[in-house]
Order: sequence, then structure tokens, then C-alpha cells
Amino acid sequence: MNAQAVVGTVTDPELPMVTLAELGIVREVRQDGDGVVVTITPTYSGCPAMESIRADIATALRRAGFGTVEVRTVLAPAWTTDWISESGRRKLAEAGIAPPGAAPRRGAGPIPLTLTPRSSAVHCPRCGAAETEAVAAFGATACRELRRCPACREPFEHMKEI
Amino acid sequence: MAFDDAYGALTDHDDDARWAYGTGFTDPLHGVPAEIPDGVDRAGLFARCLALGDDALIMSHRLQQWVTRAPELEDELALANIGLDLLGQARLLLTRAGEAEGAGRDEDDLAYRREPHEFRNVRLAEVADADFAHLVARLLVFATWRLALFDRLTADPDPVLAAIAAKGVKEITYHRDYAAQWVVRLGDGTELSHERMVAAMTAVAPLIDELFDGDAGLRAECDAVLAQVLTAATVPAPPIPAGSGRRDEHTAALTEILAEMQQLARAVPGGSW
Repeated sequence: MNAQAVVGTVTDPELPMVTLAELGIVREVRQDGDGVVVTITPTYSGCPAMESIRADIATALRRAGFGTVEVRTVLAPAWTTDWISESGRRKLAEAGIAPPGAAPRRGAGPIPLTLTPRSSAVHCPRCGAAETEAVAAFGATACRELRRCPACREPFEHMKEI
Repeated sequence: MAFDDAYGALTDHDDDARWAYGTGFTDPLHGVPAEIPDGVDRAGLFARCLALGDDALIMSHRLQQWVTRAPELEDELALANIGLDLLGQARLLLTRAGEAEGAGRDEDDLAYRREPHEFRNVRLAEVADADFAHLVARLLVFATWRLALFDRLTADPDPVLAAIAAKGVKEITYHRDYAAQWVVRLGDGTELSHERMVAAMTAVAPLIDELFDGDAGLRAECDAVLAQVLTAATVPAPPIPAGSGRRDEHTAALTEILAEMQQLARAVPGGSW
């Protein structure tokens, strides 16, 4: 397997149903002989999984026989949920986590304040109901929020748009 | 690599991953070029990153103290997540401060091995919360100010600070919304919650002026946001006394915070756990 393919098998430590590549965390894989430089970007500033992610990528590449492995971090441009691939979105939904909608587009002027819970246009990943309610804007990890479905009465997680 | 469950990943000792908190973590800017570009004033960059890093570190610590004490489980999650975002910002900023200073200090040196008088955080970040209304009042002012400031810092001459700010803007937008929604809920709630929200805003007001360092544009933007929230919350805007200048004084609360935060790192120098 080439380095790109090896890195493509590494899954996220907190969302093991999707790969780091599907989440858009892997920005570049550069292979030069048996050396590889992988560039990744954090989802949130305080993401505690970054060191585990670095180690998982390095371990996968070494096991595949690559000699020198370097994992670099890039901060700009900042990660956005728009980088999550179609297959990543499908796998999240299959695991009961509603995938994010389009990230908010910034207009001119100051960043607008939101005094009411954000859009209700998140479909229920269990029964498919179109309208669901926000319970809390924060969840088990930085990237998720809690919602509930009035139709099937089940709570679920939604990956929030950033 | 794949694991059957999250616990499998935690107990895998095949790598250097650490999941517990301690000192000796890998540099959070690992692999980001550490050099300071030509034309960027090192002393100025050090001061900017240190102040913003200290604000985030101390505010994060105060938020962590609310975990297990919040009114609802959802708020435990929210406050822990906001604290974690700010801790992440603090790590990036203190690391960059150390690089700008060029004296070999890393994030642990700056967080754990400085005395209270060397901290540059605003007093707003360090004061203890009298109740939950006080916390959301403080968080609203803090997030409103930090969001407007970070939005401007996305154009900083240092590309690393600009990138940290651009990332932070997305996070703080959620922090501000959370605090604002609680201020409205309490202010426009029962008679008792209204009274306590009014008292909380009055208590926070003397800590507002020092945030702006005379920056009228920044002040106007923040005043407009606070007015929007307070109007929706039916909380009268408190008079804001003129401050004594930014970051030149601390309350006794900072000494208490640092005693708690630095204790283990000082007792076990270089320890990791």
C-alpha cells in the first residue's frame, strides 16, 4: 500500500466509525522513498485526541514498513465541518450521529449573536423526521451537540457546523 | 489502527499517546514552523500571546471548578467543553509566547512556573463566581470581548497568532451564544432569577473597562452586543466605572487559583502522569 492508502485506514479515536481522512483532518500525505510527511489539522483548539491521532498515524505507517515518519500540524485554514466527506457523513448517520449541515458563512461586519437555539433543520438519524429540537449546544466531545426528536422521542447527537 | 471500542484505544501502549492530564505533553504547535517572521516585533508578540494565553488559562480553570456544580447535566457538558476550548487556546498561545520570547520557556514553564505578579490576565478571568448568574454574566462579557478581539487578530502580522485567532473565533462564537442565552433565560425569568442576574451584571461591571485598553472601536462593538443581550434579558445596563488600566493588578483570587493549579507540577518537577 502507498502511504496515502495506509493513512486512509486510520480511524478517529473518538469517532471510530470514520477515518481521519473522511473527517478532513488529514490535509496532506507526502511520500518520498520510504519516508512520509503527513500534515494534519486539529478540529478544535483543545481537542485532546490530537496526540493520539499523531501516534496512530505514525504507528500505522511504521507497521506498513515506512522508515521515517513525520506528522506535522497546520492551523490555517482552520478546520471546518464542510471538509467531512460524503462517505464520512453517511457513516456518522449510520452510527446515529446526525451529520453537520453547511458551515455558517460569515458576512461583513461583526459576528452575529444567536439568542435562540440554532436551526431545527437537522433530520433525526433514527426515524428520519425532518424537524428536531436542540437540547444543548455541547455534547460528549467538542464537535457534537445534543438534540431530541419529537416524532420518535429519542435523543441523538449532531455534529455541529463550524 | 482500529479498536473494538474506545477503551481498547486507551489501553494501547504501542505509542506515546497520553490521555491523562499532567506536564510534559507534546508541544501543541508540533510541526508548525517555530520561527518568527522578519518584521514581527518579538517583544510585542510575546506580550500579546502571553496576555491572551493567561486570560484563557485562568478562565478555563474557573470554568473547570463549575464541573459537578452546574444546575443541569447539559451545563456540565457545556462548561467543560468551553473550558477545554480555552485550555487548548492557552496551550497554543503560551507555546507561541515562548517561541517569541526566545528564552527556551515552553507552555509548562509559563503555566506552572510563574508567580502571580507575572501573570497578565485580566481580573475578569480570575474572580470567583458568587452564583451561576455571576458565572454567565462573566462568561458573556469575556466571550464577547475575546470574540471581537480574536476577529481583529486574524489579521495579526504573525501568521501563527492569526491562525490561532481564526480557529478561536469559531469556538468563541458558541461560547458567547451559550452565555447570552443563559443571561436572557435568567434575566427574563422569574422575579428571583431576574434579581440575581441584575446583581451579577452589577458585580461584573467594574471589571469591564480594563478589557479595552482605550480601543474605542473594540469597545463600541462589544457595547452593542451586550446591549442587545441585556435588552432581551430585561436587565438594565449597569454603569461601568472607569478602570485603572489593563493587566496591572490582580485580586487575591489569582494567588488561590495558582496555588491549586500549580501545586502538583511544582511538587513533582518534570513529572508526567
